[in-house]
Amino acid sequence: MIVRISGEGQFELDDEESPRLDELENAVVGAVEACDEDAYEQAFTALLDFVRATGDAVPEDQLEGSDVILPPADTSLKEAAADFSGEGLIPD
Amino acid sequence: MAGLAGRMSTVVKAKVSKLLDRAEDPGETLDYSYQKQVEQLQNVKKGIADVVTAKKRLQMQESSLQQSLVKLDTQARQALSQNNEDLARAALERKNVAQTELQSLDTQVSELEDQQQKLTDSEKQLRAKIEAFRTKKEVIKAQYSAAEAQVRISEAATGVGEQMADVGLAMQRAVDKTENMRARADAVQELEAAGTFDDVTQLGSGEDDIDKQLKQLSSQSQVDDDLAKMKAELGQAPSEASAAQISSASGEGQGAPESGQA
Repeated sequence: MIVRISGEGQFELDDEESPRLDELENAVVGAVEACDEDAYEQAFTALLDFVRATGDAVPEDQLEGSDVILPPADTSLKEAAADFSGEGLIPD
Repeated sequence: MAGLAGRMSTVVKAKVSKLLDRAEDPGETLDYSYQKQVEQLQNVKKGIADVVTAKKRLQMQESSLQQSLVKLDTQARQALSQNNEDLARAALERKNVAQTELQSLDTQVSELEDQQQKLTDSEKQLRAKIEAFRTKKEVIKAQYSAAEAQVRISEAATGVGEQMADVGLAMQRAVDKTENMRARADAVQELEAAGTFDDVTQLGSGEDDIDKQLKQLSSQSQVDDDLAKMKAELGQAPSEASAAQISSASGEGQGAPESGQA
């Protein structure tokens, strides 16, 4: 499966990493919903680090769409929250 | 696909798809799609140029503030050696404000440098994808029937399209940040225009409006510290009040207070 970290690039991850990825993402979502800045920072960093460490960078000239797209690394809690409410990041 | 993507990426992916739909009408001919990719690449280049321009503007303001700092410091010393403590204090208050502004400009410049780097990386990635798309398009056209080629090229276009959407997002963020900085630069310019960093020797007797505002803006204790240190350097006996300041300021008196920027 291909995971894109927006503003950074694409990573190829083994399909069996999917449950772990889900788990990490849900932790981020939980922190956003709880408006917990520290938990968000920690969970979001853990998620991105997992993708970077587990995945192989997809060559730049490879033309494949991503299965999963994550927001940019400098996304703030406020931006993430706006994103879930349907605003921000990319306007509807 | 169930369970493949967590909630976060589902939201982002849905939005990127939406952006893609807008960017690429399925009815567009493939050559037109390539043309749009090249256009997007031009946009990124322009975006980078805008960030660089904003950065240069801030850097020019920095160097002008640096000059004011030196000038105001010299004037404070001169005033003090002529035993004009009020004038020295006025100069130091101005210096204090200039120093705070300078620190905040520093932060902004390095943030813009960050943005510049990110956009440059994005541009490189997009260029690589567009180049790959161009080559692949020709190969597919040569190898497959028209209908089959259409499908395969569309698949390849998705990969480029996603990259285009991603670059668009990076540019939007850079524009937002640059606009914030522009507001900041304008604020500094207003202070300059109001004569905040002007020659204090131009001041008449008594306090003018600027001085009243400056007193509110600048950190009084920092000014006291600076004044006490300067007196010590000039070999003047400190007043009782400032004697205490010297001992507390002798360690590190240079650090201006944190600017309260958002």
